[in-house]
Amino acid sequence: MITAERKPLDELIGYVRPYERILLVGCNECVTVCAAGGRKEVGLLASALRMSLLQGGKSIDIKEITLERQCDPEYMEELVAHIGGVDAIMSMACGCGVQEVARRFKDKPVFPAVNTKFMGASERQGVWAERCQGCGDCLLGLTGGICPIARCSKQLMNGPCGGSTKGKCEISPDVDCAWQLIWDRLKELGMTDRYEEIMPAKDWRTAGGGGPRKIIREDLAE
Amino acid sequence: MKTDSILEKVLTSGNLAVTSECGPPRGARPEVIKEKGELLKGIVDSVNVTDNQTAMVRMSSFAASIFLKQAGLNPVLQMVTRDRNRLAMQADIIGAYSHGINTMLCLSGDHPHFGDHPMAASVHDIDSIQFIQMVKAMRDEGKFQGGADIDNPPRMFIGAAANPFADPFELRVARLAKKVAAGVDFIQTQCIYNLDKFELWMEGVRARGLHKKCYILAGITPMKSVGMARYMKNKVPGMDVPDEIVERMARTPKEKQPEEGINICVETIERLKKVEGVAGFHIMAIEWEKKVPEIVERAGLLPRPQL
Amino acid sequence: MDNFEPVIVAFCCHYCAYTAADMAGSQRICYPANVKIVRVPCSGRVDAIHIMKAFENGADGVYVAGCLEGDCHFKNGNIKAARRVAYVRKMLDEIGLNGERLEMVLMSAGMGEHFAETARRITEKIRKLGPSPIKPAALSGAGVSRGAEAHT
Repeated sequence: MITAERKPLDELIGYVRPYERILLVGCNECVTVCAAGGRKEVGLLASALRMSLLQGGKSIDIKEITLERQCDPEYMEELVAHIGGVDAIMSMACGCGVQEVARRFKDKPVFPAVNTKFMGASERQGVWAERCQGCGDCLLGLTGGICPIARCSKQLMNGPCGGSTKGKCEISPDVDCAWQLIWDRLKELGMTDRYEEIMPAKDWRTAGGGGPRKIIREDLAE
Repeated sequence: MKTDSILEKVLTSGNLAVTSECGPPRGARPEVIKEKGELLKGIVDSVNVTDNQTAMVRMSSFAASIFLKQAGLNPVLQMVTRDRNRLAMQADIIGAYSHGINTMLCLSGDHPHFGDHPMAASVHDIDSIQFIQMVKAMRDEGKFQGGADIDNPPRMFIGAAANPFADPFELRVARLAKKVAAGVDFIQTQCIYNLDKFELWMEGVRARGLHKKCYILAGITPMKSVGMARYMKNKVPGMDVPDEIVERMARTPKEKQPEEGINICVETIERLKKVEGVAGFHIMAIEWEKKVPEIVERAGLLPRPQL
Repeated sequence: MDNFEPVIVAFCCHYCAYTAADMAGSQRICYPANVKIVRVPCSGRVDAIHIMKAFENGADGVYVAGCLEGDCHFKNGNIKAARRVAYVRKMLDEIGLNGERLEMVLMSAGMGEHFAETARRITEKIRKLGPSPIKPAALSGAGVSRGAEAHT
């Protein structure tokens, strides 16, 4: 999923302070799963914002609504019924959702409530870790299912570097050395001769080096 | 001979090569580089110039190498993939070659986490092995990485680093094999304190004949104090300092520790001379360059061959 | 404020804390009327939003009372509750409400005296902290959400 973390409260209070009536929009997908911007988080944030502003003598009207997704225009239409009189929108979705809200409601200032972090997976309850950087040319079949671009701090395609220490990256004992993981997996799979095949220099165009990316499905697009 | 590199000449002649290193200054101070160079003249065959080492900004390796070249030394241009994409690297390589620099070291580079700009974006457009491939193709095929012809290709003697002491040990010979397959000409190892482990690595290297396909220079760094020994043992990733070394330094009275560090250094060189496959020594006396002449002399490596 | 009587909401788990409250009652051990008990099947039932709403509606202090460690009828509801309480305490600090107004306490069903003592201690603590800064506005109904959820 796309992971995110709620922004510090003082930053969010600063965003909404100038307004009288705001729409706080959550998302039922990724940000719900990582407990950053789903229905529950919308409720908590609205309560926190109200109580914070009340102390300054300001009574703010916060409408709470959680959409199925914010990255599909169809779901956005639900907001139309609630947009009347709203003078600003705060979205708890990832950066994709925030931008779609802004695109749909051009005359309302839109603020992000979370910092979108990375594409990752759940390691255990409450812990998510980066797994994919969307390089656009997946080579996981060659590396035992472990991504050297997302999980190696130097994105080495022919690692490990000389700093790998007891299975951990040189930058921190909390970060696994991706190439140790890859090597261990290749051993388990009996694919160790793969290791010495040199991976050639990567074409970064598919990774965004060629500009902002788009997918057009001829069979689906009108 | 693939290049005009003095280092290549010394190595191919069968002599033990000696290289050393100097770190450029943290400011626009050409005189610092020139002074370090003066200390090493006639003492070593080539001098590595580090490239933003430990991710701390210093005068660029390229600029510092030019000063050394002008002073009559043979610089080894170190270049890390952390700070430049393949365009900038190739541009710097043909630029450096145009200044007469013909020996270089292809490295990944320490992570910015360790340096004075942890907030910087790392590049890593290519890794060190792809880097070796790229420089080899520039030299031997006369082509840029993108495929176009180079007008007067740079004939670089290509080096890389090897660390027999990093984990996992079982991969360290295979990694050298990859660099050799990519086209590396010479290797400088991480500094050696654990001679047993180094010899074990060399066994693996020899078993695959890799010592015949590239020249391996053993890395040496003198200890200044027991504090330095402990620091290197505990705080530097990829460094293996056996307890005996630390204890030996600890037993020595403080004012005699630098001398003992040099003694250990010279003993290490003598022992490594006997290891088949060691083609020379790379002496990294970080911020202690003035001791290099003494080390080289006591290790019986002077005078340097004039070829 | 001389005659400030704190309003304190105590979420008490049925199996331990609430039973302890009952025991205090049957033993005629007095505890302050400031404490309004909300019975829940397990302290783990209490979510962050319940605590926030209590404050939004004018509570000066809140505490969540669960079973002693290892004794939770639902295995580890008390541990989850403790984590949530810690999370909300930080949030309260960030919005200027002072995390000290919120506490997690643990007790067993037989600890009637302890229940009463806790109620007294916390009441006094909140009395010293003073009324919640949003109280006047909260009690006048300004800004408090009632069914502000526009969509389920």
